[in-house]
Formats: sequence, C-alpha cells, structure tokens
Amino acid sequence: MKSEWALWEIFIRSQHGLAHRHVGSLHAPDAEMAINNARDVYTRRNEGVSIWVVKSIDIAASSPDDKAPLFDPANSKVYRHPTFFPMPEEVKGL
Amino acid sequence: MYAQMVDTGTRVAGNELDAAEVRFQKRIDDGIRVEPQDWMPDRYRKTLIRQISQHAHSEIVGQLPEGNWITRAPSLKRKAILLAKVQDEAGHGLYLYSAAETLGISRDQMVDDLHSGKAKYSSIFNYPTLTWADVGAIGWLVDGSAIMNQIPLCRCSYGPYSRAMIRVCKEEAFHMRQGYDMLMSLCRGTPEQKQMAQDALNRWWWPSLMMFGPPDADSVHSEQSKQWKIKLFTNDELRQKMVDQTVPQAEYLGLTIPDADLKWNAERGHYDYGAIDWEEFYNVVKGNGPCNRERIATRKKAWDDGEWFREALVAHADKKSKSKLQAAA
Repeated sequence: MKSEWALWEIFIRSQHGLAHRHVGSLHAPDAEMAINNARDVYTRRNEGVSIWVVKSIDIAASSPDDKAPLFDPANSKVYRHPTFFPMPEEVKGL
Repeated sequence: MYAQMVDTGTRVAGNELDAAEVRFQKRIDDGIRVEPQDWMPDRYRKTLIRQISQHAHSEIVGQLPEGNWITRAPSLKRKAILLAKVQDEAGHGLYLYSAAETLGISRDQMVDDLHSGKAKYSSIFNYPTLTWADVGAIGWLVDGSAIMNQIPLCRCSYGPYSRAMIRVCKEEAFHMRQGYDMLMSLCRGTPEQKQMAQDALNRWWWPSLMMFGPPDADSVHSEQSKQWKIKLFTNDELRQKMVDQTVPQAEYLGLTIPDADLKWNAERGHYDYGAIDWEEFYNVVKGNGPCNRERIATRKKAWDDGEWFREALVAHADKKSKSKLQAAA
C-alpha cells in the first residue's frame, strides 16, 4: 500500500488579538496529526498561540488571470482613502 | 551551497524566447515574484524543482553527520542544543519540500529520487564526523557557508522558495553560533581539546569551500540561474565572502587554517587562498565520498522502517472518519 498523506495549509495566530496567518504547509494523515506536526514544524520558537489547519484541496483560490478584473476597479476609486480629501489645517479632529 | 551544479536545461539552439517567456523575464527583471499558479517556462519550473529538492535533501541528509553525536554529547546542555539544531534541519527540509511541491512534484516522488540516487544533496554531508569537535566545525563552517548562500536567496524570484529561505535564515544563525561557541570552549580547554578543534578545522575547511560548487569558469548553468534570479551571486563570489569572513574568526580561536597559500591581498581587499582539489569534489558528487553509500542506506532504512507506522496512521485516520460518518447518520 502506498498512499501519500494529504497536504494541509497551516495558519498560526502569533499573539492574542492578531489574525491567523498562513505560514506554510505540511503532510499529515488527519487534522489531529496536522496540528501535531504543525506544532513541531512551525512553532519551535514560540511563534504561536493557536493553530488552524485546512486541507489544501479545500482552499478555493482566485486565478492569476483574474487579477485585472478583480483588482483593477479599485485603482480608480481613490476617494475611498481619507487622504483624498484635503482638510483645512485649522480644523481639528478630522 | 546546499544546491550544487543545478542543471538549468538546454535551450534548443537558434530558438528565440517566445512572447510569454519575454513577458516572464520582464516580470523577473522588474522584481515581481513568481507564485505557484503563475505561468512560468518549463525550464524555470524544472530547474527550481531540481534546486529546491536538492536543497531539501541536503537538510534532511544533513541531520545524519550531527545526529551521530547526539547520544555522545559531552553534557546535557550540549545535547539539548544539538537535538534542537538537528530538529531544525528536519524542519528546514520540510519547508523546502513544501516549496518544491508547489511546482507540481509530489513529496513521494522527491523521496524516491533521493533514494534512487537520481536527486543529489550537498557533497559536504558525505564526510564523516569523527570527533565531537566536528559538530562544532559543521555549525561554524558548513552552516556558515549555507547562510552565505541562503541570505541572498531570501530575495529570489520564486515566492515560496524565498519565504522558506527567510524562515531558514532566521534559524540558521543559531546553528552557526552554537558551533562557534562549542569551538570556543574547546579552544579554551586543554591542549588536547584545542588540538581536536584544529583537527576538525583541518578536515572540514576544504570540503566547506567546495560546498559553493565549481569555479565560475566551469559553472555552465550559472548564467541562466542568475537571469532568473534563483541564484544571486556566483560560486566564486560567495566562496570569497566565506573565506574573508572566516579567517578572522579562526584567528580569534587561535586556530590555523590549513592553507599555506592563504594571505591577505591588500590590492584586492580580499584573502587569496590556495587551489581547491576539484577532483575530490567531483568524486564525492559522483557518489564516491567517504560516506555516500552509508548516508543513503541510512535514509532508506529510516523510510522503510517507518512504513508500517505511516500506514497505521492512515488506517487510524480512516477508521475515525468512518465512525464519525456513522455517528452522523
């Protein structure tokens, strides 16, 4: 019998209050082992306080070809940033 | 360098870059990282698979020379440090295997290629660790050379590889320091202990310089790799950096580098060093180093002995998911 273990993507929360961040991937037969392995592979130096594991196959990703249709429309909407609106210096609290 | 003489494939003569390749090269020139789903030339993909997997194999096989001393470390403190270091090497191998997998090769395929001898690992790990001082010399010289090579790779063009290198470099600094710290202890010890450190330096110096790979004049694939930004300095540039950095460190220890031709060249602003025995290097790469056969035999045995355990974990996982389904029904 030869069956390669599934690939899991690993997310670590580095400190309380911060979001989990993707740190890499690893192979494991199930979620429990994926967490155990992630502890050894990605948190040997107190990098985390919480681990999420997700099977790579379950992640849906945008395609590089969709980059323009997805993200270009935001380029022309500079008014979404507060710096678009010059404010008089003498007025405070804006 | 953990990846030596990586083949970049051959371009068919007279075959110009097609439009997609030109666009790809332009992105690299502009400093845009290549990510797994992006289009890339087949040769870039294959070269990176060779380079990253060779690098990963080096980390994994690299555990063996030092692992050899874990049970014989002279104190509990040194033993704990060495265990942590060897565990890091396993971790580095895993980061790198994952990076290679994003290019479309499976983990099992890479493991098979290592065991069959199809894939290479760094020549340096085919030398034996005869004394405890060798463990220090590996940290100082071998990990020192690896850092020299890996720091520029943090900026390489392939995203997953560069991210793996950033993690590795952070941890590698500990490896080099613990090696130097160990040699400082030996050099401050009895004359016999200092002699042991000198002997280790004598044996590891030249193989460490060989790690960077053949001289630039003989590295046929360097140019393409530099263009793709998966190699940022040439072999000789990195080797020179290593020599320049290491000579004062050896002087501080009171050890002599085993090279009669080594001397400061004020005009160049670098140390000149003696001729490297490339015949020895090619011999080790071909599989005839002191420990080539032993290293692969050890890896294969570990893989084979672990098979029942890997299978048992899968069987357990299957059983659990089945009983979960039944409970839900």
